[in-house]
Amino acid sequence: MAVEKGDVEHVATLARLAFTEEELVAFTTEMNGILALFEELKEVDTDGVEPAFRVLRRRNVFRGDEPGEMLPPDEALANAPDRHEDAFRVPAVLPND
Amino acid sequence: MKLYELTFSQIRAGLLEGDFSSRELTESVLDRVERVEPTVSAFVTVRDRGEILAEAAAADARRAAGKRQGALCGVPVAVKDNISTRGLATTCGSRMLESYVPPYDATAVSRLRDAGAILVGKTNMDEFAMGSSNENSAFCATHNPWDAGRVPGGSSGGSAAAVAAGEVPLALGSDTGGSVRQPAGFCGVVGVKPTYGRVSRYGLVAFASSLDQIGTMSRDVAGAAALLEAIAGEDPRDSTTAAEPVPPFLSDAGVDLKGLAVGVPDEYFSDGLDPSVAERVRDALEIIRSLGASVQTISIPHLRFGIAAYYLVADAEASANLARYDGVKYGHRTDHAEDLDGLYRMSRSEGFGAEVKRRIMMGTYALSAGYYDQYYLKAQKVRTLLARDFEKAFESVDVLVAPTSPTTAFALGERVHDPVSMYLSDVYTVPVNLAGLPALSVPCGLSTSGLPVGLQIVADKFREPVMFRVARAYERAAGVFPAPPGL
Repeated sequence: MAVEKGDVEHVATLARLAFTEEELVAFTTEMNGILALFEELKEVDTDGVEPAFRVLRRRNVFRGDEPGEMLPPDEALANAPDRHEDAFRVPAVLPND
Repeated sequence: MKLYELTFSQIRAGLLEGDFSSRELTESVLDRVERVEPTVSAFVTVRDRGEILAEAAAADARRAAGKRQGALCGVPVAVKDNISTRGLATTCGSRMLESYVPPYDATAVSRLRDAGAILVGKTNMDEFAMGSSNENSAFCATHNPWDAGRVPGGSSGGSAAAVAAGEVPLALGSDTGGSVRQPAGFCGVVGVKPTYGRVSRYGLVAFASSLDQIGTMSRDVAGAAALLEAIAGEDPRDSTTAAEPVPPFLSDAGVDLKGLAVGVPDEYFSDGLDPSVAERVRDALEIIRSLGASVQTISIPHLRFGIAAYYLVADAEASANLARYDGVKYGHRTDHAEDLDGLYRMSRSEGFGAEVKRRIMMGTYALSAGYYDQYYLKAQKVRTLLARDFEKAFESVDVLVAPTSPTTAFALGERVHDPVSMYLSDVYTVPVNLAGLPALSVPCGLSTSGLPVGLQIVADKFREPVMFRVARAYERAAGVFPAPPGL
């Protein structure tokens, strides 16, 4: 099953990636090449087989609800591209009026 | 012999006997880094020489004062650049994290520090560990120390090249689908991928969380085992670490392999395997047999579906994990956005390289409405079948022995524009990650074109000791693999 340029644009929107027109065309071809590889799995009979989401059969792990070490705000914000006091600053989400 | 040429076993003995100091060893190693880096380009960041030498001198002082020493006291180590180091840039080989400085250490790194190791620097890698050649690094291509026109393998190519070139005796890498074993094989060093859950992933920048494991590299088997012992064990900061106790990975018992059953999976010797790789692996199997092991052919019927299942699972998990790079908390932020959605889109598009975008796209597609059952769920079911193949094999044998990769190191530029051919170079390594098993690659000679060949040894979950036993017995019989000539 082949994907078309429109499908690729849709996936790019979901993935929050922007591509130029040329990149979209090239990527459509590449994606079909990789999908052809994935199609091989159709040969395998998986009726009644459980999916292996994890390889270790370990139960859920909880720790005590006690405060541990915490990063001081200045360290947590040290890599922020844009900081306002103790917050990460982003462009306005709601209109300004 | 220069100090930088010593194996870990020789270093440990030499430091203990007082034949040389950690400072002398570290100086030799740093001089070597200066000399070969223009050719090899294994490092993204090398720490300040003065700071490193001060730590080495402090290790010597501890030793002289008879204080308790860690197992790696005074030994220089390199760390792959996707493993967080407090106060030291951790770029993941990506423009996205070019200026990122972690505020904390990965558990593996804090355990290295506790063991007394001296961190030399951070090694180059394929961006976000996505690649098999190191050519996907946003900064530079690392060159194979055996032939500078060839790739070192990937994605831990910088770590493998650094160890092979004598720039460090030990290094950490990470292995999601072969990223420690394949470059170890290509560069002629020992590379270990432990059982899933053996080593904490806390501070390892996430790629595919159900597959990622930190692994170790060394010129000799003893070094890879000692480094793994230092970093292994349960960690409250990673709920997927295993509660299993960490045994000594190498014991002196069993210099021969009497009573051990070795399985050779038939499917690993099919089409696409370079004849000169097959020949070296068969030679190694002869040595293993001569050491007393019984060798039998076994079958991993679903091997050939491993690549498709692996890339689906890995890409799906990557697309979710890499959603965190949004230009808000850390990492690259675009200068060209007018609203929040544009900020996300442009920051990501400018910060990620081609292969990372490709994987995010494939993973997003495989998880998107209407395709989940057909691709992602199907791949996870095939994963179950592959894991069962191994379970069945381990009912009758102690370890599997096979080639690490179908070929030796390929030429720079040879596969970089053909994603599928690049993916196929991982055909022998990805099944182990899908099944969560431990495996290592130990060098087993040179191909007809004079390039290292890797021998892969796979064990059942948490049975690292038997895997190391086979590897060391082989290494003792064959001799520690030489360093590349003429570098």
